[in-house]
Amino acid sequence: MFKKLAISAAFAVALAPAAMAAGGEQHIEDFAFSFEGPFGTYDQNQLQRGLQIYTEVCAACHGLKYVPLRTLGDEGGPQLPADQVRAYAAENFSVYDPELEDDRPAIPVDHFPANTAAGAPDLSMMAKARAGFHGPYGLGMNQLFKGMGGAEYIASLLNGYTGEEKEEAGSILYENTAFPGGWISMAPPLAGEDVEFADGHSNDLRNEAQDVAAFLMWAAEPKMMARKQAGFVGVLFLTVLSVLLYLTNKRIWAPIKGKKTS
Amino acid sequence: MAGIPHDHYEPKTGGEKWLHSRLPIVGLLYDTIMIPTPKNLNWMWIWGIILTFCLVLQIITGIVLVMHYTPHVDMAFASIEHIMRNVNGGYMLRYLHANGASLFFVAVYIHIFRGLYYGSYKSPREITWIIGMLIYLAMMATGFLGYVLPWGQMSFWGATVITGLFGAIPFIGEPLQTWLLGGPAVDNATLNRFFSLHYLLPFVIAALVAVHIWAFHTTGNNNPTGVEVRRGSKAEAEKDTVPFWPYFVIKDLFALAVILAIFWAVVGFMPNYLGHPDNYIEANPLVTPAHIVPEWYYLPFYAILRAFTSEVWVVQIASFVTGGIVDAKFFGVLAMFGAIAVMALVPWLDTSSVRSGRYRPMFKWWFWLLVIDFVALMWLGAMPAEEPYASFALIASAYWFAYFLVILPLLGVIEKPDTPPATIEEDFEAHYGKKAEAGSDAAAAPAE
Repeated sequence: MFKKLAISAAFAVALAPAAMAAGGEQHIEDFAFSFEGPFGTYDQNQLQRGLQIYTEVCAACHGLKYVPLRTLGDEGGPQLPADQVRAYAAENFSVYDPELEDDRPAIPVDHFPANTAAGAPDLSMMAKARAGFHGPYGLGMNQLFKGMGGAEYIASLLNGYTGEEKEEAGSILYENTAFPGGWISMAPPLAGEDVEFADGHSNDLRNEAQDVAAFLMWAAEPKMMARKQAGFVGVLFLTVLSVLLYLTNKRIWAPIKGKKTS
Repeated sequence: MAGIPHDHYEPKTGGEKWLHSRLPIVGLLYDTIMIPTPKNLNWMWIWGIILTFCLVLQIITGIVLVMHYTPHVDMAFASIEHIMRNVNGGYMLRYLHANGASLFFVAVYIHIFRGLYYGSYKSPREITWIIGMLIYLAMMATGFLGYVLPWGQMSFWGATVITGLFGAIPFIGEPLQTWLLGGPAVDNATLNRFFSLHYLLPFVIAALVAVHIWAFHTTGNNNPTGVEVRRGSKAEAEKDTVPFWPYFVIKDLFALAVILAIFWAVVGFMPNYLGHPDNYIEANPLVTPAHIVPEWYYLPFYAILRAFTSEVWVVQIASFVTGGIVDAKFFGVLAMFGAIAVMALVPWLDTSSVRSGRYRPMFKWWFWLLVIDFVALMWLGAMPAEEPYASFALIASAYWFAYFLVILPLLGVIEKPDTPPATIEEDFEAHYGKKAEAGSDAAAAPAE
């Protein structure tokens, strides 16, 4: 058993380059999302459209088990009114209640249900669990300038089907230019015009992919806007404090240093 | 407490005298904060305060995070999400704590390289250096233990790989690894003990920091010239030093504010940049991540660990001589710990009579090559173990050892050092000359 572990660990290290090499051919498009950069914010309408796509399409196979339904009403998110959150929860999901010993319609304090029926991964943190950009040369500079790119990865994946299929070990794999290794077991979930938006926004594949990617970014990082706000205020405060301390320091040292001669 | 003559605390009122004769704590604090400090210290001497701040930041954020965290394999990952989503300010606490570890290591590496350049490890500061190395080791252990707690994929597989290093030790390796893990594999027992130790070690670090400060307050600070403060009389010492408060406290606080502004920008705007996306996937013993990489601050030593494969001749010789007991894996582990051990022994490996690298014309080149070597190792540690990276890693690892074991001992013999200034005062005056004694009084007046 110990040997096995040691071997598996050694293998993990040894196999890494192969996987890296395969991953290197991924094509991730640099979509322009509203939430990029230090001042980027979520587009509330886009999050609501993404929620609709998730509910009508993705939720069939994928869960969002770490996301509380009530947070749909939170500031800095889709920000649905409280009554809409209640209605959304009750209409779309039911949860098992151990006291009733039966299912009941979901209420806002429940989470989005987990969904393991199709063996699909949970999407709660998907936008943070993938990096769209790497390199160059392992330096991570692209991530510094373009962000980690989880949302870009998701949007690229949804756009990345080539239409090729192959059968392997009894299951069908679909060729996808964004997926590491190039073949994914998920059938193309979106084809364009999968949902009708109430606001009449375009529902072609590119737009749908970006909308649902933005929604999943929010699901993974619901406090992003508050965090950036705190970052901005903190940097501002510390900059002022630095200036004051610089002047204090200069003044305290003046008699010790006298005038600088060199 | 210091060997440098200076004013000590004198209790004046009745109450002060009463306390001082029973517990001289005010005197201790006074002597610590008013310690005579070489007045020529440059900006490389700010990192001690940054490090102290980091320790306090990590302990405070950590204690609050523990209030909301659940150390159990089925709940740990969810409890982190609970902190991120439901706890007031929880996302800031966690991002501060996670990125605080990175700031801690940035500061400690600069602090260590400052010591290496200015010869801060040399007699009489060997104890300070050794304690510092122990703190660094404890930091590495704490960082590793903490990274396991979120119970993501990298947590789990990092723990598997790193504890596997102990498994490479001949004869006792496997039972030792089992003992460390609390079972045959990384599981709930592992998570619980790692959590316990992650909470314990910072307090060990705090105690070591107190000893570290005690040690260099006894010897006095080193300084960019490496010349000792004159101790003949108080008047003489005062020409070389200024009290820590307020001169260096304010200087260090200014530096801290600047660094915190950058740190805060990282936490606020790109908190996941230094992390690994795979750690947002819950630990799964059945799925190995495509690419297991440690956190950036371990990468140089990770590169050394991987550099010594069975194709390297030293490894083959070691294996042959020991009859196969030292295999490539164990050799790598020895090399990794050895890389830190040679650094800890540097006070006795550096044979030069001159302390500061500023006055060592040949040393300077080798030192900066070591800095480049360190950065190169960090990059190579993140690269896949294949050519050409493997060869580069081997060369870079070899240089690391050569610097400490060959170059430093030889340089002391070969090199002809420049003459350092006679006193700290002389060095200081060269930069900030007072025109005349009278002129300095005039310059002082407006500031008061």
